[in-house]
Amino acid sequence: MAWFELLFAAEVALGGLLSGVMYALVAIGFVLIYKTSGVLNFAQGSMVLFAALTFVSLVERGVPFWGAVAATLAVMTALGFAIERTVLRPLANRSPMTLFMATLGLSYVIEGAAQLIWGTQVHRLDLGISNAPFQVWGLYLSTFDLVAAGIAAAMVAALTAFFRFTHTGLAFRAVADDQFAALAVGLRLGRIWGTVWTAAGVVALVAGLLWGARLGVQFSLSLIVLKALPVLVLGGFDSILGAIVAGLVIGATEKLAEVYIGPFFGGGIEGWFAYAVALVVLLLRPSGLFGQKIVERY
Amino acid sequence: MTAISAFATRAGLATGLALPALGLLAFVAVPLTASPYVLEAILLPFLALSLAGLGLNLLTGYGGQVSLGSAAFMAVGAFAAYNFDLRSGLPLPVSILLAGVTAAAIGLVFGLPSLRLRGFYLAVSTLAAQFFVQWALTKFAWFSNGSPSGIIAAPVIELAGLRLDGAVGRYLFSLSIVAAVTLLVHRIVSGPEGVNLIAVRDNETAARVIGVPVLRTKLVAFALSSAIIGVAGVLWAFTYLRTVEPAGFNLDRSFQILFIIIIGGLATLRGTFLGAALIVVFPLLLGRLSAAAFDGLIDAGLIKLTERIVLGTTIILFLIAEPNGLSAILSRLTARLRGIGRG
Repeated sequence: MAWFELLFAAEVALGGLLSGVMYALVAIGFVLIYKTSGVLNFAQGSMVLFAALTFVSLVERGVPFWGAVAATLAVMTALGFAIERTVLRPLANRSPMTLFMATLGLSYVIEGAAQLIWGTQVHRLDLGISNAPFQVWGLYLSTFDLVAAGIAAAMVAALTAFFRFTHTGLAFRAVADDQFAALAVGLRLGRIWGTVWTAAGVVALVAGLLWGARLGVQFSLSLIVLKALPVLVLGGFDSILGAIVAGLVIGATEKLAEVYIGPFFGGGIEGWFAYAVALVVLLLRPSGLFGQKIVERY
Repeated sequence: MTAISAFATRAGLATGLALPALGLLAFVAVPLTASPYVLEAILLPFLALSLAGLGLNLLTGYGGQVSLGSAAFMAVGAFAAYNFDLRSGLPLPVSILLAGVTAAAIGLVFGLPSLRLRGFYLAVSTLAAQFFVQWALTKFAWFSNGSPSGIIAAPVIELAGLRLDGAVGRYLFSLSIVAAVTLLVHRIVSGPEGVNLIAVRDNETAARVIGVPVLRTKLVAFALSSAIIGVAGVLWAFTYLRTVEPAGFNLDRSFQILFIIIIGGLATLRGTFLGAALIVVFPLLLGRLSAAAFDGLIDAGLIKLTERIVLGTTIILFLIAEPNGLSAILSRLTARLRGIGRG
């Protein structure tokens, strides 16, 4: 009996960890932008919606899978540079809070535009990955979850390598360290920001495809931003590693809490529990688990 | 020198006359002339949202602490007033006052992180209030007195045996509260507490050095702001919607209130009212406009989406072109008019 219960708890935790990967996937998009421009991009969720909606609409119109991927990437690149041009550049050197509020406005624009262009109906998205459960050591696992985790791991590895070994990655790090110094040595801030937003768009596409296959592609996809925010707060806004670890922590505790604490409150605590966890940790460590300690002045 | 003093007296005279004139207009002329539609669809939501904006502006504009959970405190206020009214038998104004106190207490709890957290970390943690309050109000039937749908009819506003259930009565009731709170907030922000608040916003360390009680100032700002937003929630539910439901106090409402103070201008009281007016009137105008232009060819969903896009664009444009909001535009306009009048 006790063994069975333990197994059940392990299964719940594992399921939580895997859904935590999905949260982290969204959170990484935020981290990219925050790291290089100090902007908390609230529009990341709507970018996920926009990317997934564009992809699925193209596929439904008969475009082959990789063609649709390429086209969506092109669209996200255009979007990234357009945002840099129309929103970020005019707001250069303004307070981080102003930029945050601008991304709030941006999220309204992108959400509205995505649905105005592609319609508001729910789309089914089939990536051809089976969702059938299989058994390992008595634990039920879903292939889809494992593939999602694999994709997330590959993406993190790619991003880390990109930041460490490429010239553009070095430029990103320079901008993240000190914008003025980066400008002084001749880096083109506009182009770098455009590239960063494009990279965030790519992450949004990956997250959008995986989440879209899970939930269907529709308006509510942009609400995953609300799932990613506590992960960000917990992990620290500027740490990719933090986003992963916090995603896992929040995913696991959320599912365990829903099963073991939830019944005492009548269930449905998923909406705020992640925030509660993040808040408690923050009271002990105000810049998150892996965030840079900075004294903020504004 | 004489020009300056002449200008000063004229400006002083103008503002000295403007307030009673505005009061006369709002309390006498509007109720006598406005149609029920204008009262119900424009002025009542405008008053409630203005008050909420006022509360948030105190915290965000003057205090520099961004909150994304305003709608939660509106919900707390509305439900607290409903329950005090239902269960205590106290007169309605007392229930509303107690609702403000309840919202202040909850605001204080959710303001505690502000002692340790800044900026984005704080903004995100205010979301906790948003989700927790909405969950608690839908989950526990006690708050809505066992109503299965969670939607309850708001009590009729009654003052000293006088039933104010017509549009004009509710408007006057709402207006009186908003006017009183506005005067209170005006006194606070132009007094020493307001100066402390601005000092903490602009440079916390320096404020501490010159002896501003930083912790107390922050917490009082949270409590007061939540109380005002709570009362705004009562007005929203009791005088405008006349139902109390948690679903209406969602994240979009929180953003709406934030947008009001961005568009109107941070740290101005006048701007808050201008921003609220724009936010209330703008969707109605857009609806009318598209109905006139396309004669019902466009369905309501499409208009809703366009509204979102235009609203988002407006926010970005204001942040880029006029960070001080409508209030600054109005100031420039009146200055120019004055110049024309003189020259």
